Amino acid sequence: MTETATPYIAEKRIPRRAAEELRAQIPGWGADLDPADRPSYPREQPGIETGAHWDFPERQPEKWPRERSVEHAFLPPVFGTSTPPAGVSGAIRRYAYKYSEGRAAHWLLLIGADRVDAWEHHLKSFATLHPDNPFTETGVASEFRRGGLRSRYGQKRADVNHQWIDPIIVGGPWVLAAVGLAAALKAQRKRRTA
Amino acid sequence: MRAMVYRGPYKVRVEEKDIPKIEHPNDAIVRVSKGAICGSDLHLYHGMMPDTRVGMTFGHEFVGTVHEVGSSVQNVAVGDRVMVPFNVYCGSCYFCARGLYSNCHNVNPNATAVGGIYGYSHTCGGYDGGQAEFVRVPFADVGPSKIPDWMDEEDAVLLTDACPTGYFGAQLGDIAQGDTVVVFGAGPVGLFAAKSSWLMGAGRVIVVDHLEYRLEKARSFAHAETLNFAEYDDVVVHLKKETDYLGADVVIDAVGAEADGNFLQHVTASKLKLQGGSPIALNWAIDSVRKGGTVSVVGAYGPIFSAVKFGDAMNKGLTLRMNQCPVKRQWPRLFEHIRNGYLKPSELVTHRIPLEHIAEGYHLFSAKLDNIIKPLVVADQS
Repeated sequence: MTETATPYIAEKRIPRRAAEELRAQIPGWGADLDPADRPSYPREQPGIETGAHWDFPERQPEKWPRERSVEHAFLPPVFGTSTPPAGVSGAIRRYAYKYSEGRAAHWLLLIGADRVDAWEHHLKSFATLHPDNPFTETGVASEFRRGGLRSRYGQKRADVNHQWIDPIIVGGPWVLAAVGLAAALKAQRKRRTA
Repeated sequence: MRAMVYRGPYKVRVEEKDIPKIEHPNDAIVRVSKGAICGSDLHLYHGMMPDTRVGMTFGHEFVGTVHEVGSSVQNVAVGDRVMVPFNVYCGSCYFCARGLYSNCHNVNPNATAVGGIYGYSHTCGGYDGGQAEFVRVPFADVGPSKIPDWMDEEDAVLLTDACPTGYFGAQLGDIAQGDTVVVFGAGPVGLFAAKSSWLMGAGRVIVVDHLEYRLEKARSFAHAETLNFAEYDDVVVHLKKETDYLGADVVIDAVGAEADGNFLQHVTASKLKLQGGSPIALNWAIDSVRKGGTVSVVGAYGPIFSAVKFGDAMNKGLTLRMNQCPVKRQWPRLFEHIRNGYLKPSELVTHRIPLEHIAEGYHLFSAKLDNIIKPLVVADQS
């Protein structure tokens, strides 16, 4: 007769390993056994000492109109100053911040702006002495130096079934842009000779 | 200074940038000696986190030496070796005053749902990160701590995120003595969560992943049983069988936005950016935990909607607990555990990558080559 599995009866059927056995085998077993003596218990600890010596922090100077969530009452006193919004992507970003974090439009516009931003910078880089180089910037050379094949094949890896998409995501737009440019040049030449 | 910069999805390079300046009286500028690439940096690298701008420097795990301080800084001084939690936080807002440092309201104009994180997009405040020679550290009297003399610098780097996040994940599980704990993800956070589950009295710890070399680490480092989900048609059914059809008492999602195991979910999230994250591990967690059990989420997800099986969570009466880790709250106890020999965070470091070669480091970590688990970014001391 099949034994009755645990959820159908009142107690766990599989016996627990004894605390002494676990303590002997696993360094530190049970050192934080008491739930009330763990650093994040209780979750909120009013009055916790943080090192702050202000009630409200001094305000950092706002050197450009800093985009902010409309869910904030005002611009928080401290903020990051990396990469201010600029160009078309900057305009899209500023527009996205008109929507609250609760609106899909906010996030979808920001994701769209990210893609525009990348293309703006790729194009701009071609007018510099340091143009984007997909080969070095993707670090793909490590495929040859660090066992790209060895790391993937003969392994039971679930990610191999979609990694082929990555080169298309990275290289696809470049190929499409090159084909588009070639087609435009060809059409222009045709017009001139006609 | 030399700094990693993002150039668009799957592309980074090292550029010359200005050394950051003091922008607030409680700022410090830290010269970075060691940093790390975190699994969650890959979400930025893959273009999944909204408002990740070209030119930003990533890196929220770093240690270094104080190079300059603002006029109101009292607790650290120029020349101090410091470890900096990944949270940027003020220490005085409604949330910080209750210990919820990762939910600070005074440091992130771009979003109210998350606090500040170094080098983690404008959605997390627009701060440049520590994969650079120098980094601006706001609220220097609150976040950074001096690295104790006895502490190894590599342990200190791991204490700025991965180790405390895993430890916090185990705490969110409310583990009771003898509980069966399942951890999805054998990356650094998952391995620390598994190891921490024992500290809290777990009776059984099972780590699930698809990378065999990481599962080997789960056995040797975290003393866990392991399960390669790629070997099973249905990992949830297998976990039910493993637990006598009850389900685990606690399940920890230490995977987050780029989980594998379901082609459609992964591609719609990671490749097409149509979801905030691929919630495969989270859905498996909901399905494999027992009724009335607890699911702890420390894997990072983007702010857009994700296809989570919320109905099952409700019907099973689950407790779902989650947050970004308030790192500094964990430090005193973790320092004790390291001194007692219960934890040695740097055992997970597999690669030490010079800043100049960081593009290869990102590819290695993203493609999971060369048995990589935790890559550090090492400053060029010359």
